[in-house]
Amino acid sequence: MKPGNLLIGAPMERVEDPRFLRGAARFVADVNLEGQAHAVIARSSIAHGHIRAIETGDALAIPGVRAVITAHDLGPEVPVIPLRLQPLAALEPFRQPMLAHGKVRFVGEPLAVIVADSPQIAEDALERIGVEIEPLPAIVDRARAEAGETVLFEDHGSNVAIRWTAMRGDAERAFANADYVRRETFRIQRHAALFMEPRGLVAQWDATARKLTLWGAAKVVFANRRILAASMGLTEQQIEMIEVDVGGGFGSRGEFYPEDFLIPFAARLLNRPVKWIEDRREHLMTANHARETECEVEIAATTDGRILGLRGRSWTDNGAYIRTNGSVAPRNVAQFMSGPYDIENIALSTIQLTTNKTPAGTYRGPGRFEGDFVRERLIDLMAKDLGVDRVEIRRRNLVRETQMPYPLATITPYESATELDGGDYRELLDRCLEDFGWAEKVKLDGQLVDGRYHGIAIGCFIEGGGAGPSENARMALETDGSISVYVGSASVGQGIETIMAQIAGDALGAPFDRIRVRHGSTGHVADGGGSYHSRSTVMGGSAIVLAAEKLKDKLRHVAAGALGCEAGEVSLDSDAARGPSDKSVALSELSKTPMTAEATFHCTKMTYAYGSLAAHVAVDAKTGQVEVIDVVSIKDVGRIINPATLHGQAVGAIVQGLGGALLEHLVYDDEGQLLTGTLADYMMPGADCFPNIRATVVELKPSPHNPLGAKGGGEGEIIPVGGVIANAVAAALADFGVEPLELPLSPPRIWALIGGS
Amino acid sequence: MRIKFEVNGTKVELDVEPRVSLADCLRDTLRLTGTHLGCEHGVCGACTVIVDGAAVRACLMLAVQAHGEHIVTVEGLSNDDALSPLQASFRKHHALQCGFCTPGMITTAHALLTEEPDADAERVREVLSGNICRCTGYIPIIKAVLEARAHYAGEDAPP
Repeated sequence: MKPGNLLIGAPMERVEDPRFLRGAARFVADVNLEGQAHAVIARSSIAHGHIRAIETGDALAIPGVRAVITAHDLGPEVPVIPLRLQPLAALEPFRQPMLAHGKVRFVGEPLAVIVADSPQIAEDALERIGVEIEPLPAIVDRARAEAGETVLFEDHGSNVAIRWTAMRGDAERAFANADYVRRETFRIQRHAALFMEPRGLVAQWDATARKLTLWGAAKVVFANRRILAASMGLTEQQIEMIEVDVGGGFGSRGEFYPEDFLIPFAARLLNRPVKWIEDRREHLMTANHARETECEVEIAATTDGRILGLRGRSWTDNGAYIRTNGSVAPRNVAQFMSGPYDIENIALSTIQLTTNKTPAGTYRGPGRFEGDFVRERLIDLMAKDLGVDRVEIRRRNLVRETQMPYPLATITPYESATELDGGDYRELLDRCLEDFGWAEKVKLDGQLVDGRYHGIAIGCFIEGGGAGPSENARMALETDGSISVYVGSASVGQGIETIMAQIAGDALGAPFDRIRVRHGSTGHVADGGGSYHSRSTVMGGSAIVLAAEKLKDKLRHVAAGALGCEAGEVSLDSDAARGPSDKSVALSELSKTPMTAEATFHCTKMTYAYGSLAAHVAVDAKTGQVEVIDVVSIKDVGRIINPATLHGQAVGAIVQGLGGALLEHLVYDDEGQLLTGTLADYMMPGADCFPNIRATVVELKPSPHNPLGAKGGGEGEIIPVGGVIANAVAAALADFGVEPLELPLSPPRIWALIGGS
Repeated sequence: MRIKFEVNGTKVELDVEPRVSLADCLRDTLRLTGTHLGCEHGVCGACTVIVDGAAVRACLMLAVQAHGEHIVTVEGLSNDDALSPLQASFRKHHALQCGFCTPGMITTAHALLTEEPDADAERVREVLSGNICRCTGYIPIIKAVLEARAHYAGEDAPP
C-alpha cells in the first residue's frame, strides 16, 4: 500500500517551530518540580589511578546539602552501563560502573553525587569533597595502549578490547595477483557530536505508588527504561520516561550515561525530586566522544583502475569504557569502508583499544566518516599513480544497478550481513558533477589565483539507515474528530511532529491540522525503538502507515453498521464515510465511539541512501588556511516526506562534516587531561565559516523494504566530507606534492605539509 | 541584594544573591525559560538578551548589574497570536531544527536589524558568528534574517 501524496513531498512549515521561536519550548532544564533538590557530580581530575579515599564529611556539613552518594551507597554490586548494541560477552569487562570504585580511568569519571537544596549549594559542596587518587601512567595513544605495560583493566590484562573483522571474497589472492597496490596510514582525530542543549534529567519518586517519573528521556527511551529498571530493581511498568523538547542528538544524546541511573537513584533515596543539568565542561569531558581512528589500509587494482581489493587494519581509540553503542563505529569502519564501490575482495579488521580518555560512542555517520576518508583518499592517490581520471575511476568502480541487491562484507564476531538495497549510483555522480560545474571548475585545479591555490574533488557515499527490528505506532480518533498519532520514534530536533503528521495525514486522507503527533515517551506505545541510525521516518513512518490502515478498517466497520452495508462497501474521505447508496455518516458522528488502532512495522533490512559530494577549496600556502569556496551534494532517499526539513538535514550534516574535516579536535595531553574543555578551545563551525553549501535531495529509486519507499536520510552528507576536502586540498597543493593523510586539516598541519615537502 | 529592573516592559523588584547571573535570575526566579544556557562561558550565544538595545550574554552578566536596566528576552519579542516577521521568516526558511539556539539567534538578529536594517549578508554572518547552531549549518538562518530586514526598515518597524 502506498499512501496518498498530498502532504508527503510538500515543504510543510514545521508544527514545532512557533514554540521554539517564541521561547515557549520546554527543554529539560525548563522542568521544575515542587520541592526539587539539585544534583552535581564530583568527577575525577586524574585520568588513571587507584581511588584511595573519597572524603564527604566536609561537604555534608554544609547547610542545605542533603546527600553525598558514592559507590559504597549503591549496594553490594555497583551497577554498570550495559551494551545496547553488539552485546558480546567479550565486551562485558569494559562496561562503565555508574560510579567509579577501585580505579578511575578517565578525567571526568563520576565519583560521587552531591544533592542539595540549590545548584549553588551543591557546587559549593563539590569543592569540599576530598578525593585521594594514587595515579597510574595514563594511556593516551595507540602505541602505549598496544605496548600494554599499563592496562586499564587488570583482570583482562590487555588494552585491546576486541577485534572486528570484515571479510568478502579472497583478499589474499587478489593482492597477490594485483598489478597495482598502494598502502597508506591515515588518522582521524577525536571529535564529538556537541549538541547545543546540555544533557539533563529531573527524577521524581512516588513512594506511595512506588513509581518513578523521569523527564529528559531521549533517543532510545524504551531501551533506557529497560536498563534503568534492571539497575534500580524496578519493573519497567514502575517507570515512566517523559521526552520533552530535545536540543539535538547526533548519536550522542540519549544513550544511557551514569547520570541516567544516578539521578533517579538519588530521587528515590531522598524521596524528593532531583534535578541535574550538565554544564558544558562536563559535557565535553563525559558525553560520548567519537571518531579517533588510525587505519593502515592497502588498495589493490588493475592498471586501468578497477579496484580488486581492500585490506588492512584500523585501531579505534575507544576511551576508558565501552558504553551502550561503543562498538558501532569500530564495526562500521571495517564493514563500510568499501562504501558505494564494487570491491570484490575485502579483509579489514578493527582493533578496539581502551585508553584513559572519555569513552567513545556514535556520532552521525559513525565509522563511515572515518572509512570514507580513507577510501576516497586512496582512490585519488590511485588515480594519480595510474594516470586515470579521478571521476572516471569512480564511475568505473561504483556498484551498478544490475548488481542490486549488493552484499557488503560480512562482519564478525557479532555477525551481521547486509546488502545495498538499490539505486543508480552513476546517475547521481553525473548529476553532482553537473550541479557543481566540474567541467569548468577543473580548470582551476592546482592554480594559484590571487595568492591562493585552488583545488576541487568529488566523492561518493552510502548512508545506512532504517535499523530494525521494529517500531510501533498507535492512532486514535478522538471525540473532537482530531486524530492523535503516537509513535515510538523520538525527537532529537529533526522535526518528527511535522513529518509524522504528513505521513499520517496522507495515510488516513485527513487534513494536516487535524493530526497531533506524540512521540518518545513511554506512556504512548507499548514499546519503541527510538531514533538512531536514520530510522525514524523509515520505521516510525511505516508503522504509522500500517496503523492508519487498521484505523480505516475499524472506521469502515463502524460506519457499515450505521449505514447498513458491508464494511467493504464503505469509502472514506476526510469528513465522512459513504455507503453504496450514497448514504453517508459524518466522521464527527463516528468519532463519538472511541476508536484506536495499533500496528508494528517489522523490518531487519537496512536502507541505503546514496549520493555524491564535491568541493572547491582555496589554500593559502603561507598560512595553511583552507577556505571552502563551494560544496555541492546530491543524495537519493527513495521517497521524500518533507523536502524542506530534509534539505536542512543535508546542509547541517555537511557543515558538521566540515567542522570535523577542518576545525574540531578533542586534544589530550600525555597525562590524559583534556585540553579542549570549553567551546573557546573546541572549534565549532560558526555562521561566518562556510557560506556556500548547495545540497540537493532527490527521490529516484524507492527502497523496496518499506511501504513508504523511504530510505533513512539524516546522516548521509557528513560521511564523504573528510575525504573530499582532503582530496581537494591535495589537488590544490599538487605542486607541493602534499598528500594529507590526517585530519583535521588545520592551518598548522597544512603549513607543515607544505614546508615538509 | 535588592534590585529593580524592567523586563519585557514589566517592572520587577527582587532580592538576589550577588553571585547569581542574569540568565539564572531570568530562568529560575522570573521563569522566563526562553533564555537558554548552552555553555555558561559566553561562547555559544544561546542566552543572548537585549539590554538597553544591545545584545548581551545573560550568562556573563550578574543579575545585580541589571539594576535600573531595560531588558528584553525572546518572550518579549513574541506576540500572543501571530509570529513576528522575524520569527515567521525563521519558520519559512526552516532556520531552526532542535530550536535550542533559536532564542539567542532571534534576540541577536533583532538587536542587529533594529540598529542596522540594511545589514548585508556579510554583516549578518559576522554578527551571528557569536551564536553557535549545531543543526542547520547556518545557511537558512542567514536567509531568514536577510529576508526579515524589510520589516525593520519601514515605519511599521518593531520597537
